[in-house]
Formats: sequence, C-alpha cells, structure tokens
Amino acid sequence: MPNDLQFEKPLVELKAKIAELRKFTEEKGIDFTEEISKLEEKARNLQKEIYGNLTPWQRVQIARHPERPTTLDYIKHIFTDFLELHGDRLFGDDPAIVGGIGRLENQPVTVIGHQKGKDTKDNIARNFGMPHPEGYRKALRLMKQADKFNRPIICFINTPGAYPGIAAEERGQSEAIARNLLEMAALTVPVICVVTGEGGSGGALALGIGNRLLMMENSFYSVISPEGAAALLWKDASLAQRAAEHMKITAKDLLELGVIDEIIPEPMGGAQKDIEKQCQFMKEALVNNLKKLNEKSGEQLKEERYQKFAKIGEYTTFVHSSNI
Amino acid sequence: MLRDIFSKRRKYATITNPSSSPSTEKKEIPEGLMVKCNQCGAISYTKELEKNLKVCPSCGFHFSMNAFERVLATLDDGHFFEYDSEMISVDPLSFPDYLEKVEKDREKTGLNEAVLTGEGTIMGYPVVLGVMDSRFRMGSMGSVVGEKIYLAIEKAMAKKYPFILFSASGGARMQEGVLSLMQMAKTSAALARLSEQKGLFISIMTNPTTGGVSASFASLGDYNLAEPGALIGFAGRRIIEQTIRQELPKDFQTAEFLLQHGQLDMVVNRKEMKNVLGKILSIHSNRGDE
Repeated sequence: MPNDLQFEKPLVELKAKIAELRKFTEEKGIDFTEEISKLEEKARNLQKEIYGNLTPWQRVQIARHPERPTTLDYIKHIFTDFLELHGDRLFGDDPAIVGGIGRLENQPVTVIGHQKGKDTKDNIARNFGMPHPEGYRKALRLMKQADKFNRPIICFINTPGAYPGIAAEERGQSEAIARNLLEMAALTVPVICVVTGEGGSGGALALGIGNRLLMMENSFYSVISPEGAAALLWKDASLAQRAAEHMKITAKDLLELGVIDEIIPEPMGGAQKDIEKQCQFMKEALVNNLKKLNEKSGEQLKEERYQKFAKIGEYTTFVHSSNI
Repeated sequence: MLRDIFSKRRKYATITNPSSSPSTEKKEIPEGLMVKCNQCGAISYTKELEKNLKVCPSCGFHFSMNAFERVLATLDDGHFFEYDSEMISVDPLSFPDYLEKVEKDREKTGLNEAVLTGEGTIMGYPVVLGVMDSRFRMGSMGSVVGEKIYLAIEKAMAKKYPFILFSASGGARMQEGVLSLMQMAKTSAALARLSEQKGLFISIMTNPTTGGVSASFASLGDYNLAEPGALIGFAGRRIIEQTIRQELPKDFQTAEFLLQHGQLDMVVNRKEMKNVLGKILSIHSNRGDE
C-alpha cells in the first residue's frame, strides 16, 4: 500500500507480518496460530493507540489522503437517479466542481461538491479540486435552480482552496465567491453542507452557507492552510504541523467554537479504509438532518441560516478612556 | 465635538504602516515637512499633499489614507457619528502574541480596530459609512471587523440609509482562524438582506483590497468603485507566481486591470470621489418609491 501515512507505518508492518505468518501456516503446514493471535491482539492495541488519539496534523494528512472518498463516490453510494449537470452558461464547465440532481431516499435533491482526482492524471483534469470562477458560478446556477423547484441542496466541501491563477483573477474569483455567499444566504430551501476533507478557506466557504454545517471526523476547515500559516508566521512552510495545532481547524475544534452543528464519524483510521461504511454514516447524517429541515418553511430556513452566521464571532466592548 | 477627536489625531496622518501594502513598493509618507512621491519622485510639502487629499500633484499617485482622513474627506464637514467604537478583539484561539499585536496597533493608529463605522452626510444625503484602515493588522477582518460591518448594514436597513464602505484590507485575519472566515459569510448575508430591501450599497476598493475581504462584501456593491492604482484581487501575487511558475505583468490586479476585465464599474480619482458618490446618491434619491 503506497498510500499509507507515516504514522501508520508500525501498524502496517505488523499487519504484513501477520499476513506472512498466515501464509506460512497455509503453505508449509506449520502451526503459528498462537503467534498470530498474539500479534493480532497487539495490532488491535496499536490501532487504538494510533487512531484513537490523532493529532490535528495527522487528521490533515487523512483529510488529504489520495484514496479518500470524493463527491462522486458519495453521489454513487448515497443518491439514486443522479444526473450530472454541466456549465455556468457564462464561460465554461469547471471539472473541479460537480453538481446535479438526484434523490436522497426518494426525495429529489440537488447535489454539488468539489471534486478531487484519485490519481495524478485525474487530479490534473480536476485541477486538484481547486475551482475557477466558472465552478462557483455553475454551483450558483444549480442552487438557484434548486431554489426555483423547491429542492433541498446538499454541498460536499473538499478543496485546498479556490485556484490562485491569472485566468481566475481575470474572470473575478473574488466576485464569484462573494456572490455565492450572498445568494446562498437568501435561499429558501434546506441547505446542508458537509466538509468531507479539506475545507480550504474562501474556496470552501463559497459552498458552505448552510442551515446545517457538518464536518467529517478527520476533515479540517481553516482560514488558511497550515503550510500558509507557517510561512506567514515563521517564514517556514515546513512548520505546518505546529501551525495546525495552533489554528483550531479540526471538526472537534469547530464544534467547540460553535461554527458547526455535527461531526460525522469515520471508520477506524479514516474514510478511505471503508468507503461503503463511510457512505452509510454520511447517508444517515444527511437523512436525519434533512428530515428536520423538511418541516420548516422557506422563510424560516432563510431566517435561521441568517441568524446562524450572524452570531459567529467573539469580541468584547471596552471604553478606551485615554483615546476620547 | 467629534471633529475635535479627529483633529487631535491628525498627527497620525503622516504616519502609515509600512506593512500595509506588502506587495507594492513602499508608499508611506515619511514623517516630516517634505514628501517625495514614490511614483514620480516629485517633492511636495506634507501640508500641501494633505490638502490635496494625499494625491501627488504632479503624477496623481494616491498615497494611502488612514480611516480618519478618509472620513474627513468623505463626509460633509467631517461630521461623523461613530457606531460601536468601543468594540475590541479577544483572542479566541489563544494565538501566540495576537493581543499584543492588536494593542500595539491600537496605540499606533488611535483606532480600536481595523474599521470605523458610523453615519454622516455626503452632499446632504445621509449615509451609513464604513472605512477600513490598512495600518491596523493590515486591515484584516476578524470578529470585530465582521461584527461592526454587519451591525452597520443592519443600521442602514433600519434607517433606510445607503451603505458606503471603503475597503482596505489584506483579507481575513489569520489569528482568529475560522471565525474570521465566517465573517465573510456574515457580512455577505447582511448584504443579501439589504439588497432584498432594495437598499443601496456602494463599495469602494482602495489599496489594498485582497483575500477574504475582496471575496466577500467588497465585491458585492450595487456599484463597485476603486481608487487608481489600488491592488485588488483574491490570491496574493507571490502565491500565484509560485503556482503558475511565471512572472506576472506589472499591472496585474490593479484597479485598472480589474476595470479592463469587467470587474469594476469605475476607477475614480480620490479628488472626484465625493462628487461621484454625491451623484449616485442623488440619482437614487429620485427613486419613484420615495
């Protein structure tokens, strides 16, 4: 497994050893049963030790894992009758964002999400999940369509950030993101947003104005990447690990800060270990949340979404007497 | 009375924060009697330059203006009733050295945070006005900046006044993490509501308007204006150069570049700004429903 993470190495090696002993038992007829069960016990403990106490930086690595399920994986496993829709009607079709219509347990919904690739070639085609303005404008077009036809919207967020390039600036990356923030705030249908991997700043937020904001256990959501923060703070991007600890970017941190509503559990070791099981967890969370939102009126949904974001922020008041 | 506050603080007018425009050449006015223009090299008296709204008399280069100077230059007689002046930042992430840095900027600028909000009149038209100051933590938006702008927009809705905002910001404030990011959502949501009520919002981008500020309220004006030469963009120049591995043209992400690419309504010389705002306000005051 070339995609194992550094901190998983001891466990991977141990598992390889167990497999080797099994093979020996079968092929040579030598009985290693006792050794195997001892090693398996050890592996279980090691697994708990490694995965039970993941540091923010380790979670960042899991969130960026190349085998982590993507939006199209969730679509395939969770939604039925899905039809992918393309284009922003203004400039082009951005493969870094996918969207379309389908059903969640029979209820028609619009699904939109960032799309990363699974290998280098795929990733180049998807621009590593970093959208251009036309991606955000496609997303907005599909959201307005959903609003018109009274369909709930589900957004999967997983991007390192909006693409920093010449064409993106020329076509108004800022305006495209800003417009989505404004328009999403005014939607009158249920909007559920899930951070599934990387929640990279404004490029993530542009799909993130929901009635419910959920994060997967090993995802992160941040105003700046840990590498970017380290470069700014200590002029050294290799200190990203330290920045990740300071920035409060994990699902648990955001729940404590009152920014998100719920954490979606992952299989032991991360979503990539068992995609089907992960999709079950995801579906359960979506269905439960949608059920509650379905009961609300359009105006209520809009008002609650407004209040949800209006209350985020921490400050104090104080009269600076020497200044006045 | 309020003008007194400003006049007392005018001593700050000649001091700007060198870190306020990291991607451009040094543009601050050094303290002293004379000032050399960074663009054309012409030398002017500091007092003359201030009278000229800090626009170089020979080449038209716009020196950066602090929030107090901007309020004086924009509102009639400089009369300004400030909102939420006592709101200050806390340290929600326990971020190393954050509050010390904020405190230092408060002393340096005479501001409590990176934005002033309040109301006054422009050519007789009442407005709610917000002015950011890039000397304060690079004008970055944390919880206080977001909240003050949000509250100013709510005031504009309640009073049915137009909302005018001069942006000058490097983006979201890193030290407040995701809470800063969420201020983009909060301010934009408030503008959605203002827009639904058919309220007017004029956004003026000044040097610099980048990152999370450019990607939220600053780009959402019914009219998007900018000052000549202002740096405006989403991603930083260095990051783009690193990503695409090529040098960017000199005028990339300037106000003129944005105008050319259809991202702005107008580039307005500072000395014309008040006139242009007055004209827009006047046209809007003739709406049939008022």
